[in-house]
Amino acid sequence: MNTDRMRRFIVSGCMGLALACVSLASPAIDLTGAGASLPYPVYAKWAARYHALTGHRVNFQSIGSGGGQQQIIAGTVDWGASDDPMPEAGLRRHDLFQFPAIIGGIVPVVNIPGIAPGALRLSGALLADIYLGRIRRWDDRAIVALNPELALPATDIVVVHRADGSGTTYGWTSYLARVSPQWRDQVGMGKAIRWPLGQGGKGNEGVAAYVSQLRYSVGYVEYAYAAHNGLSWVRLRNRAGAFVAPQASSFQAAALDADWQSAPGMGVMLTDAGGEEAWPITAASFILVPRTVRRRPERMREVLAYFDWAFREGGDIARELGYVALPDTVIGQIRERWAHDIRTPRGEAIWE
Amino acid sequence: MKVMATDSNPVYRRRRRLNRLMLMLSAVAVAFGLFWLFWIILTLLMKGAPALTLTLFTESTPPPGEAGGLLNAIVGSVLMSAAAVLMGTPLGVLAGTYLAEFGRDRWLATSVRFLNDVLLSAPSIIIGLFIYSVYVARVGHYSGWAGAFALAIIVVPVVVRATDNMLSLVPNSLREAAAALGCPQWRIVLFISYRAARSGMMTGVLLAIARIAGETAPLLFTALNNQFLSFNMNAPIANLPVIIFQYAASPFRDWNDLAWAGAALITLLVLAINLLARIFFRK
Amino acid sequence: MKVMATRRAASNVGADRLFRVLTRTSAVLVLLLLAGIIVSLAWGGRGAITTYGPSFLWTSEWDPVRDHYGALVPVAGTLITSAIAVLIAVPVSFGIALFLTERAPGWLRRPLGTAIEMLAAIPSIIYGMWGLFVFVPLFQQHVQSPLVQWTRDVPVLGELFAGPPLGIGLFTAGLILSIMIIPFITAVMRDVFEQVPPMLKESAYGLGCTTWEVVWKIVLPFTRNGVISGIMLGLGRALGETMAVTFVIGNAFSLPHSLFSPSNSIASALANEFNEAGGLQKAALLELGLILFVITTLVLILSKLVLRRLSRGQDLPAGGA
Repeated sequence: MNTDRMRRFIVSGCMGLALACVSLASPAIDLTGAGASLPYPVYAKWAARYHALTGHRVNFQSIGSGGGQQQIIAGTVDWGASDDPMPEAGLRRHDLFQFPAIIGGIVPVVNIPGIAPGALRLSGALLADIYLGRIRRWDDRAIVALNPELALPATDIVVVHRADGSGTTYGWTSYLARVSPQWRDQVGMGKAIRWPLGQGGKGNEGVAAYVSQLRYSVGYVEYAYAAHNGLSWVRLRNRAGAFVAPQASSFQAAALDADWQSAPGMGVMLTDAGGEEAWPITAASFILVPRTVRRRPERMREVLAYFDWAFREGGDIARELGYVALPDTVIGQIRERWAHDIRTPRGEAIWE
Repeated sequence: MKVMATDSNPVYRRRRRLNRLMLMLSAVAVAFGLFWLFWIILTLLMKGAPALTLTLFTESTPPPGEAGGLLNAIVGSVLMSAAAVLMGTPLGVLAGTYLAEFGRDRWLATSVRFLNDVLLSAPSIIIGLFIYSVYVARVGHYSGWAGAFALAIIVVPVVVRATDNMLSLVPNSLREAAAALGCPQWRIVLFISYRAARSGMMTGVLLAIARIAGETAPLLFTALNNQFLSFNMNAPIANLPVIIFQYAASPFRDWNDLAWAGAALITLLVLAINLLARIFFRK
Repeated sequence: MKVMATRRAASNVGADRLFRVLTRTSAVLVLLLLAGIIVSLAWGGRGAITTYGPSFLWTSEWDPVRDHYGALVPVAGTLITSAIAVLIAVPVSFGIALFLTERAPGWLRRPLGTAIEMLAAIPSIIYGMWGLFVFVPLFQQHVQSPLVQWTRDVPVLGELFAGPPLGIGLFTAGLILSIMIIPFITAVMRDVFEQVPPMLKESAYGLGCTTWEVVWKIVLPFTRNGVISGIMLGLGRALGETMAVTFVIGNAFSLPHSLFSPSNSIASALANEFNEAGGLQKAALLELGLILFVITTLVLILSKLVLRRLSRGQDLPAGGA
């Protein structure tokens, strides 16, 4: 037996294992967050900028709002991101602290040959009927009534929704439930619901992919996904009766008259907001962290430091991608709550 | 007796027509198979070409809207695959050795052989679920090690089977000759059987590597993913298949290009390993 | 001299025992691994198993809002897509194996065989990506739409190919699966076809058989075992495939009404929902995983049983039919 070769093999094998075991000596912190796909683009960009500035690696993976909630409850991530706010009961049961981080808009998109972005006009009630299966064709009377100048095809509507548990779905269905009593009674709202018809894409990416691949389809995605994919977005009629386009200004208009203290964990719903310019399906995205930090409080401090940085410096990046930063007053309230609510088991505050 | 000319015999003509039809259909079948192969490979090359540059290997995955590479994903995949092979191969070789050299037809060997086949055909997503339940949920975080464990479980049955088959092919006369010379059994296995079956066993390992190179499902719940370059196996680590999964359907052009380039990379790697295994084995 | 030999023998006996224990333990470990997987699936799914019992298998609801789950849709989707895959792949593989063994000129055989086997080397996620982004739109426009139109009034085909042409759905998933399993079935068929003793084939040719008759009446019956095990191998792979199916099956938890309907398979339901499921939903998903595991194992057992029965009834001709 060639012992020399065997020895060399063992040594190189051990070195390889050692390399794999030891993280390169660096003071950089590795944080892991997971959850919502609605803010994923902006979280990814924030993290890249933060890494360039501080060397810390804030790794966010988009596994869906439901995933974010489950994994923070299971304790497998440092923070969870969820587009749908967790109700008080859940927050108390799992000892979680919730705060909003960013505001985005949910946009209906269509793929109809010949219909340019912004050309199609719909109302919330119409969308609900489409998703209920009551309106089945693009040339239905109700749709034509809102779009007399468009040549709508005589084809079936291909309905696309989310296959995974999604805060985007929560925002979408809560809007439909508000504007359509039939939807509210037959289906309801939630992260994952029993869809009357249609097919499911995984993540905002999946829905965007399906809509762009399937002709005559309709879906709902976060604004960035519509803008960058070149998907045909839809003008919606808001509560004030105006047909508005989805953009930062209309999201901001919706966020303006929200009462942030009204819901537990600041979990306000911004859907169907009043205001001439308001985009009817605006949503805030939330962060969930443990309220009582049992292990490694310095990690939690780093998580909060990251979001503090994002609140201070991340506004430009957010705007670039089509999101809206929280109003300054809200950010101030958030920082106060951090200092007050997030503590170690012995009562020490994590944030000063 | 007057014999009818074959050509004018209607029965014969029918048989000949049927023969021609079937042979033509078989050629159509081959064309069918090749059609898909070329279409897929062409797609990979065409869509992946824009990003198949040197930066692919030197830069990490970028944030949306920026150009970058797949360095962290490649590093993560290599680390996890290497760990998986290092963990799974010895276990697989030893178990396969038991089946071929010691167990033969005993009840333990027959049941392990059968159950190994079951493990071999187990859907890889189930293995990912298993590791999540017993490891990730227990230690409280996703990690490259979890991903490596899941991949190792996929490696083991492949290696077991290859080892079992290859060792069984080694003629007994070799073993008997060594035994007659006074070799103890462990020496026989290590220095005679292994050496004789060496190329076959290596092929098995290569095929196992090819198998885990493209596995996505088991990594979804174990290694998660990481947008940064990291060598820390005890934390979520980037890997090619999940990145491809995420980026392919994303709305950003750069990410799409990277996904296709990554897909082309994995495919070329797996094709190369398969060809290598083929050449190796023939030696 | 004699003493030296004995000392060496003693240490060798020890080493032998150690080696034997080592290999035996590894074999047992493999067994334990499998048992561990089954146990963890069953344990994790116990909430759903106890809540629903056997009715889980024929309930078609999947309602996370009302917390009500049933396995019928994903199980049906898994079985239907695999059936479509096998129905398409078997004749194609047979044709390819036939061509490679009987028709192809010698110089073409190896490269052609290698090319077909390259289909197996393409990772499944690429099948999914290519399927959704390249194949589906073309399929929707040029194949599905006309097909739906033409068969609209045809009695049986009309229902089979009904529905809005979505591009994605059961049929697309089945088709892509079939392309994935063709190389496996072909490889096995080709291997066993090549093992047929030339004497048998030559005798048939000598009697005036055409190539097709030789293959259909001599080669195929002779290789029945291998062919069936090859088909089972392909079926097993189709049942467990996740990534390719998830991209194109449509992920809809509704019973399909035609081949073009979107549906769901067990593996893709798991991939989509597991990371975010909790409580009863998670248990239901784990039970689904257990069901998938049971199905693939049953297919394996079935194939071994069929093989055993066939090889018992078959005797290798010692000369003459």
